[in-house]
Amino acid sequence: MNAPLLSLRGISKSYGQIHANQAIDLDVAAQSIHAILGENGAGKSTLMKLIYGVEQPDEGTVVWQGQPLRLASPAEARRKGIGMVFQHFSLFETLTVLENIRLVVPGRKAELAQRIKTLGQEFGLEVDPLAHVHALSVGERQRVEIIRCLMTNPKLLILDEPTSVLPPQLVEKLFDTLRRLRDGGVSILLISHKLEEIRAICDQATILRSGRVTGDVDPREHDTHDLARMMIGRDMPAPISALPQSGGEKRLEIIGLDHKPDDPFAVSLSGITLEVRAGEILGIAGISGNGQSELAALISGETVLGRDQRDRIYMMGSDVGRLDAAARRQRGFAFVPEDRLGRGAVPEMSLVLNGLLTAHPLGLLRHGLVDRKRAMAFTRDCIRQYDVRTPGPDAEAGTLSGGNLQKFIVGREIMLSPKLLFVAQPTWGVDIGAASAVRSRLVALRNEGMAILVISEELEELFELCDAIQVLHHGTLSPRLVTRDTKPEEIGRYMIGAQSLTGEEHA
Amino acid sequence: MNAIEFILAGMLAAATPFLLAALGELVVERAGVLNLGVEGLMALGAVLAFIVVYQGGGHFLGFVAAGLGSAALSLIFAFVTLGFRANQVAAGLAIGILGQGLSALFGKSYESLTVKALPRLAVPGLSDLPVVGGLFVQDIVVWISLVATLAIWAMFAYSKLGLVLRAVGENPKAAHAIGYSVITVRVLAIAFGGAMAGFAGAYAAVIYTPLWADGMIAGRGWIAIALVVFGTWLTGRIFLGACLFGAVSLMGLAAQATGLDVPSQLLSSLPYLVTIIVLGIISADRRLLKLNGVASLGEPFER
Repeated sequence: MNAPLLSLRGISKSYGQIHANQAIDLDVAAQSIHAILGENGAGKSTLMKLIYGVEQPDEGTVVWQGQPLRLASPAEARRKGIGMVFQHFSLFETLTVLENIRLVVPGRKAELAQRIKTLGQEFGLEVDPLAHVHALSVGERQRVEIIRCLMTNPKLLILDEPTSVLPPQLVEKLFDTLRRLRDGGVSILLISHKLEEIRAICDQATILRSGRVTGDVDPREHDTHDLARMMIGRDMPAPISALPQSGGEKRLEIIGLDHKPDDPFAVSLSGITLEVRAGEILGIAGISGNGQSELAALISGETVLGRDQRDRIYMMGSDVGRLDAAARRQRGFAFVPEDRLGRGAVPEMSLVLNGLLTAHPLGLLRHGLVDRKRAMAFTRDCIRQYDVRTPGPDAEAGTLSGGNLQKFIVGREIMLSPKLLFVAQPTWGVDIGAASAVRSRLVALRNEGMAILVISEELEELFELCDAIQVLHHGTLSPRLVTRDTKPEEIGRYMIGAQSLTGEEHA
Repeated sequence: MNAIEFILAGMLAAATPFLLAALGELVVERAGVLNLGVEGLMALGAVLAFIVVYQGGGHFLGFVAAGLGSAALSLIFAFVTLGFRANQVAAGLAIGILGQGLSALFGKSYESLTVKALPRLAVPGLSDLPVVGGLFVQDIVVWISLVATLAIWAMFAYSKLGLVLRAVGENPKAAHAIGYSVITVRVLAIAFGGAMAGFAGAYAAVIYTPLWADGMIAGRGWIAIALVVFGTWLTGRIFLGACLFGAVSLMGLAAQATGLDVPSQLLSSLPYLVTIIVLGIISADRRLLKLNGVASLGEPFER
C-alpha cells in the first residue's frame, strides 16, 4: 500500500479541563473516502479544526504527503491543498455566487464563471454563478461551497456533516459527486454520525468517542450495530413503540394561513393548513430555511397576526392568531424552541430562574413574589425526573451540555402538563442517549393523550415519532402523509419540491 | 445672483466636508466597524491643517498633516476596539472627545487668525452657462473629492478590495475561515476613515472658511455619520445626501440675502432637522436597511 496522504500521530488538544482530542492516530489514504464517525461532542469538529489549521494541536505530529506539517491558518492549509466545507456554510449572503468564489480564487470574472459552469457539469454541482447566495436553497449553497473548495485544486476535501441539510435524493447526488471526486484523485474526509451513509460510501472509517479513537475499520465489513457500539460504547437504545389510537379532539388547527414577514431574507408562508389532535404527534419535515422558523414563530405567538387575519390559528378550539405568547400558554400551550440558549433558556441565569420563566403559574409565586422554596422544589423535581446531569438547581443554564439543557427545557415544558406541546428540533446537538430519552418521553405523552407538534430536519426522527408528517417547502405545506403508509423517498420528493403539492389525500 | 444660483454655486464646496468624512466612514462601516469619533477626527485634522498652512507650509502639506494626524488618532480607536475588543460606541465617543480637546489645545494661539484659501478652477465653456454655471467653478479639492467618490463607488462595485471589505463586514467569521485577516482589513479601513475625516476637517478649516475658531467643525462629523445611514451604505446616495446638506446649509445665507424674515437660528438648525427627519423615514423601511446594511456593524470580532 502506498504512503498515506495525511497521517496524524498522537494528536492531542485540550480546552482548559476538557480533553477534546487525546492521542489521535489517523491515516487517510490517497484517493479514498474516509469517515470520521462519532457522536456530538466526541471531538470530530476539534480534529477537523486541527487538520484545517483553524486551531493548533497541543501535542502530536501531522505528516502531509510525506512531509511534516504545521499549519498556522486555514489559508496555509488551502495553499497546501486541504479544503473544507463547513456545516454552517461560510458564504456571504449578500454577495453573488461568483463574488463569493472570487474572494478565494484569483482570476477574471468571465473566466471564473466559465470554470464554475464546467466544474458544475463535471461533478454534478450545477449552480447559477450570478445568483445571490441568500436566494439559494441549502443544497445549492452546499454546492457553492464545494465548488469554491474545488477551484483551489485540493488534494483533500473535508466535509463536516454534509448530509444533515439534504433530503434523501440530494444525499445520493452528493455521494455521486464525492465518488467522482475520489476517482478524479481527491481524498475526502467525511464527518458524520449517520451510520448507514458511511457504510454506503466510505472506504475507511475512524470512530471517535470522548476524544479518543475507538475503532479504525472498513465500514462495509461491519453492520450498523457494530459501528454504533464503537461510537456510543453500548448498544443502541431500542425505540419505544406508539400505541395505535384514533385521534381525539382538535387541539391545534391552522386554516389557509398566509404570512409575509417584514424581513426580506425570511420565507413567506402561503396556504398553511394543518391540524393536531389529542393523542397524536404531527411532524413537520423539510430542509431548514423553508419557512420553519417563520411557522414556529406564528404558532408560538412570537409573531402575532395582523388585524385582517381572522380565523387562521385555533388552539383548543378558539382563535388565537391575535394573542401573544403568554396568552397562548395560558390556554394550555407549551413550546420548546429550536435554539436552547437565547430563546429556550437564558444562559446566564440559574436553572431555578429559568424554570420560573415559564413554570411560574404552577404556584411558584406568592402575591407576585417568587416563592423560592417551591421554585427550588420544582427545579429539583425536573432535574430528577428528566435525568439532567448538573451540579444542582443553582447551576447556570449556559454551563450545561446541549443534551442536558434540552432535557431540562423539555422537562420544564412537560411539567406544565400542556394540552398542546410544540417542540422545534427536539434533538439538535443532543447525544444519542439523551435524544432517545427525549423521544420516548414524547411518545409516552402522546399515549397519555397530549397533542404534540414536532418540527425536525431529521427524517429518521420523524419516522420514529410521528403519526403523520407534513413537509414544508418554500413556505408551503404538503398534504398530511400518514407515516406508516409513507416511504422516506416520498417525503424526500416533497422536500425538494419534486412532488406537486396538490395531493389527493388532503382532507 | 439670485438664491438658486447662489446655492448651486456653493453647494459642492459646502458638501465637501460632509462628503469626504462620510466616504471615509462608509469604508469603515462596510468593514463592520462603527466609528463615532468622526467629529473629533475632523477637528484634529482642521487644526493641524490650519497650523501648517498658517506657518507657511502650503495647502498640500496642510492636508498631508491633517490626514496623517487624524489617521494616527483613529488608530488608537482601532487599537482599543480591535485589540482589546472594547465597545465601539464608547471608544468612538471617547476618541471624538479627545480629538476635539486636542483641536482646542493646539488651536488656542490661532484663534480668529486667517489663512488664504485656494483659487477656484473653472471648467471652460460649462462655467459660462446660465444658472448652473456656478457648479463648474470649484477649487481643486472639490474636483478631487468628486474623483474620490467615483473611485470609491467603483471599488465597491468592481474591485476585489471592495468585495473583501464587504465580506469582512457581513460575516467576519466566514471571512476568517476562508483566510482573510479580519483585523488587518479593519485596521486599514479605520485608518483610511481617519485620514478622510482629517481631509474633511482640513477642507473646512483652510479652504471653506479659512479662519480658525474653536469648535468650527460644528457637528459636521455627526452629520457625516448620519449620511452613511441616510445613504443606506451606498456611495451614490451618500454623495446626493452630502449635496443636499450642502444646499440646506447654504439656505440660511441665501434667505438672509433675499431678505426673508425667518429667524436665523431656525435656518442654521435646518441641516440637523433634515437629518432627523430623513433618518426617521429611512429607518421606517426595514427592508432597505436589511438588504444594504452591514450585518456585523459594531460587533467585536472574536475567532
